[in-house]
Amino acid sequence: MNLSLPYAWSVWRRNATLYLRTWQWNLLPNFFEPVLYLTAIGIGLGAYVSRMDGQTYIEFLAPALVCVAAMNGASFEVTYNMFVRLNMRRTYDAMLTTPLSPDDVLAGEMLWALTRVCLYGGGFFAVAALFGLAPLPRSLAAVPLIPLTGLLFAAIGIVFTLHIVNIDLYSFYFTLFVTPLFLFSGVFFPLEERLPAGWLWLAEALPLLHPVRLARAIFTGRLGWIAVWDLAYMALVTPLLLGWALRKARRRLIA
Amino acid sequence: MSKYFGARAAVVDLDLKIPAGLCFAMLGPNGAGKTTGLRMIYGAARPSAGSVRVFGLDVARNPRAVRARLGVTLQENVLIEELSPVENLRVFGRYHRLPEKRLGARVEELIDWLDLRSHAEVPVAALSGGFQRRLAIALSLVNRPELLLLDEPTTGLDPAARQLLWARIRELRAAGTSIVLTTHYMEEAERLCDRVAILARGRCVCEGAPRELIAERLPREAVEVDCSAQDERRWFTAPGSPDRRIRTGERLIVYAERAAEVIERIRRSDGGELRPLVARPTNLEDVFLDATGTVLRESG
Repeated sequence: MNLSLPYAWSVWRRNATLYLRTWQWNLLPNFFEPVLYLTAIGIGLGAYVSRMDGQTYIEFLAPALVCVAAMNGASFEVTYNMFVRLNMRRTYDAMLTTPLSPDDVLAGEMLWALTRVCLYGGGFFAVAALFGLAPLPRSLAAVPLIPLTGLLFAAIGIVFTLHIVNIDLYSFYFTLFVTPLFLFSGVFFPLEERLPAGWLWLAEALPLLHPVRLARAIFTGRLGWIAVWDLAYMALVTPLLLGWALRKARRRLIA
Repeated sequence: MSKYFGARAAVVDLDLKIPAGLCFAMLGPNGAGKTTGLRMIYGAARPSAGSVRVFGLDVARNPRAVRARLGVTLQENVLIEELSPVENLRVFGRYHRLPEKRLGARVEELIDWLDLRSHAEVPVAALSGGFQRRLAIALSLVNRPELLLLDEPTTGLDPAARQLLWARIRELRAAGTSIVLTTHYMEEAERLCDRVAILARGRCVCEGAPRELIAERLPREAVEVDCSAQDERRWFTAPGSPDRRIRTGERLIVYAERAAEVIERIRRSDGGELRPLVARPTNLEDVFLDATGTVLRESG
């Protein structure tokens, strides 16, 4: 490891400086997306759903969408934005003419992705709380899930970004990975009720399933033993992916 | 040092000692290995074989310590287009962890020194190529480097912008900064640099002070003339004809200690006809042509 946090911080500051210049264009679309889902599906479609797991549909949806906001915040930052910095604007080539190491660059990018995750996830959580969909104070325990989910999806996205050479491949990443996760990770319906028992174990591989299940358990106050598995999944998979990203970043940045 | 990308050799057995305080050029055509050589000096590329020592330190082992003391201007300008020159310099200064107050003063200094004041607060996207290049060079100077690496500093600039940059590079050199630059402009290397290494296909074909290289390898003067191969044979078959000649298409370059004698020989053979030709001192470009083996050597 050749990591220095003050140097990583300078990478964070670079991104923050640029973001503050263009935040109007960045912040709003990402932030409104989960809010739109919440209103359209929660209120619109939800009117036709009587009870869901003992809750109104919109109450069922809210904790899961907190995790979706975190996933999206991370995914957008470490895909298109990072690809442009890596391959088109050559931002990292310039950074590596200074004392920054590839480890610093990766850590700085990670910190920055987490910052955006917290903005979107936190913003959505605040909206949910405002509408009375996040029972206080117990749902506050789900707030740390925002950076944890973000870290997991930032790691996945960075590994993907470091491996591709063509920006068009992101359409696959989003259509074949992010969107299916969004639809089939228990966000909109309880997976265990709709999936044949023989397939349930496979669904456990889906990365979004775990934060969604945890968030919902925390919101409803019905934490069970499965929460340990959910946390263990994130605690194991995230560092593995981060290690992969780090090795790949070193090879990509110092040829 | 050597560098291979798969089977392709980018740099082969490049062995250079670059004295401090000088301006040194790596000269060669595109694809000669100049940029790869430069990248190995600051540790952005790892040599496949060999090693690089900068300031007496092994770059591969001490990249941070080495890069803290040098500056690099990349071939392509890497600027944040949405931000102004002042903001770009501040962002870059932070990569070096300069304290904010000192950074502020340094930014002002560089803005003035590279004539960026009139556009200091304008988004970089709105600046001309010359401005952008000067800003890219300013970025690499933000940490007051002892060694400045410039990858094709003036490629694509108009003559006025090039002259301004040359003047600044000379000032830096005079103030004690060591400079290593790559270029494919022979004139740039000749006018700016104390020493040059000529690279071709990844290898260093010769190295030395420009004047010395020229004097060692070629006669002092050159005559350029458009002519056919028959003309050439007719002019230069007599004993004592100049034997150092290069032909590229219709263009023939003849090297001799005295150009006047060559011209006279041509005029006489042409029966007094005044064929247009150019006489000039031999330059680095000629050395390059000679060193890469494209000189036609014929004994008379």
